[in-house]
Amino acid sequence: MQVASMHFKARAGGKLADVKLQAALKKLQGNFVRGRAERVAELDNFEAIREAGAAIRERALVHLDLYLEAFERNATARGAVVHWAETAAEANRLVCELAARYGVRKAAKSKSMVSEECGLNEALEAAGVEVVETDLGEYILQLAQEPPSHIVAPVVHKSKDEVSDLFEEKHRQPRKTGIAELTREAREMLRPHFLSADMGISGANFIVAETGSTLIVTNEGNGRMVTTLPRVHVAITGIEKVVPTLEDVSTLLRLLPRHGTGQTITNYVSITTGVRSEDELEGPGHFHVILVDAGRTRLIGSDLQPMLRCIRCGACMNHCPVYQSVGGHAYGWVYPGPMGSILTPMYAGLENALDLPNASTFCNQCGVVCPVKIPLPDLMRKLRERQFEQRLKPWSERLGLRMWGWIAQRPALYAMSARIGARLLAWMGGAGKLIHNLPFGGGWTNGRDFPAPQGKTFRELYAAGKAVMSDE
Amino acid sequence: MVPHIIHHSSIIVQIVRIGLFVTCLVDLIRPHIGFAALKLLEAAGCEVVVPQRQTCCGQPGYNSGDRKSALALARKVLAEFETCDYVVAPSGSCAGMIRTHYPDLFSDQPAELERAKRLCDRTYELTDFLVNVGKLERVPGTFNGEVTYHDSCSGLRELGVKSQPRSLLAKVPGLKLKEMDEAEICCGFGGAFALKFGEISTHIADRKCDNIAAAGVDAVVLGDLGCMLNIEGRLRRRGDMKTKVLHIAEVLAGDSEG
Ligand code: SF4
Repeated sequence: MQVASMHFKARAGGKLADVKLQAALKKLQGNFVRGRAERVAELDNFEAIREAGAAIRERALVHLDLYLEAFERNATARGAVVHWAETAAEANRLVCELAARYGVRKAAKSKSMVSEECGLNEALEAAGVEVVETDLGEYILQLAQEPPSHIVAPVVHKSKDEVSDLFEEKHRQPRKTGIAELTREAREMLRPHFLSADMGISGANFIVAETGSTLIVTNEGNGRMVTTLPRVHVAITGIEKVVPTLEDVSTLLRLLPRHGTGQTITNYVSITTGVRSEDELEGPGHFHVILVDAGRTRLIGSDLQPMLRCIRCGACMNHCPVYQSVGGHAYGWVYPGPMGSILTPMYAGLENALDLPNASTFCNQCGVVCPVKIPLPDLMRKLRERQFEQRLKPWSERLGLRMWGWIAQRPALYAMSARIGARLLAWMGGAGKLIHNLPFGGGWTNGRDFPAPQGKTFRELYAAGKAVMSDE
Repeated sequence: MVPHIIHHSSIIVQIVRIGLFVTCLVDLIRPHIGFAALKLLEAAGCEVVVPQRQTCCGQPGYNSGDRKSALALARKVLAEFETCDYVVAPSGSCAGMIRTHYPDLFSDQPAELERAKRLCDRTYELTDFLVNVGKLERVPGTFNGEVTYHDSCSGLRELGVKSQPRSLLAKVPGLKLKEMDEAEICCGFGGAFALKFGEISTHIADRKCDNIAAAGVDAVVLGDLGCMLNIEGRLRRRGDMKTKVLHIAEVLAGDSEG
């Protein structure tokens, strides 16, 4: 997917005024935020599970090479073929080659954020393969030709009415308005594709080292069809998704749906291990796993490694006041919200997403809710440090910060500047004691007044008070 | 660090020496919050010193990626405050900076790290200190009306300041606390964020103002000047000239008319 993250601020402005989007985002908060809180409250040892989840993910990363090798060994032993892709382009090339090898004309896909990262659909289409997204949300987006705006609820930005209009136009059927009817219509459209697809493409929420399995959690059942009906199954995912054992997966599954959708468990948890054996009736004859790096190894061993613990639950964005205000599209790439503000600069280049690490109030709501305890604000701060060091911040900001630091280290100069500043701002506030327009502070005063200072600084008044006391 | 002990005939009185970290915003914009804090600490029986050379805790630089300036200022704070028994700030944000982020800032300065950690352990947000260390029983202030409390992010999520301000407000004669919706959600300030992403910041502040308006109270009370300026600034721009925006120190000290 093209990276448009440089335009965060410009895009965000439009999103704030988008009434429909704002209503959709409110709903998301209601459902997912409340849902998570309720599901978490049901667990009496929640913090212990969270601690265990974080430790499992951390262990997988510390011994990433070992677990990936074990995964490859065990998957291969069961008839799967494991491919390694260093870049997104390589991943696309591998899938296109497989499509050519097996004479694939149509591929049915269940949701995969890594394939969005790679732009796999475009690559396959360019190679003459028809691609059908079968996750309801992704299907809607494919019809509308829009990117996802949330990693769990990709179509959250669209209202039901918009979907009704879209289906009417694209399906050429009488307009439906109920959610159940709309879903049924999409089902009817998708069914023939499942049956006629030559290749099923899925992502993986986890890959399990001890069994060589890939695992997906879904609510619609499409994932199960995609992984079992077509003769070829390709699972494409990031190398960091490896988890040592099935036991570990069960711990993580206690966290993922609770934090993602506010469910205790998703409707389907599908574990795919190897190809169809002779005594089995279902399953693909060919199973390929594409393990994508695309920037991940750069994080290993760095101070940003904790980011790779991410299990893609979406809780950080659901709880983020900035995401709640602007939605996912403003972030300009596959991953929005706090996790995206770290992943996008890391995967797509720090210089291509300058706003993102700064687009946070550091309220730390994300860090508090993250089920694998990723200190998201701390990681954003580290990116800000890199921006500062690499001179990727505007010179005026760098100068301002250095000046502040310099003056604040010189108490006499600082006291004098504060005296002048306090008087000047107090004067600007006038009788109403409010400044309506701050020169160089339009960011503030375009939408807010600035309450004016009292006029004298604390240190002046305190020194004066002391003088009075010593006179007495 | 042993508090110094004054022998007074046969009674031994322990006087705790507090370093008041005024914070740069209070110094510049609302000095009377500093005096209110002073009054409350003295009401709790503490001796308060105000190191005169103090300026800033270093947070603006730290959160903007200028680690070097932040470290220099942290060193300055360390030198000025380490002889105090406790450091108290009328701000969860600045106390949080010292307490939860100085160890990171000094992480590759082994000689100073230990000193910094000792300072962290003794650094408190004002209400946290008054309740848990100062054990303040009676507060000087009175207030006639209903207020709601906004939980500032750093105080709440870095320092666990939640029940402390509420238990102190409960001691104020005449004051009735009415919780608003989403009290724990950020007001949108975020330091430089408020300037850089003014529109988003204002949008978030609006949500806070909606919740304050829905609570229908006389005042919103909070513990951080940054949030105060943001919330007050947005309320006034929306045309609400009535709802007061007060720092908890002002309310507790009985100094809320400014
Ligand atoms: S960073 Fe944490 S909260 Fe955000 S999606 Fe990943 S696991 Fe979930």
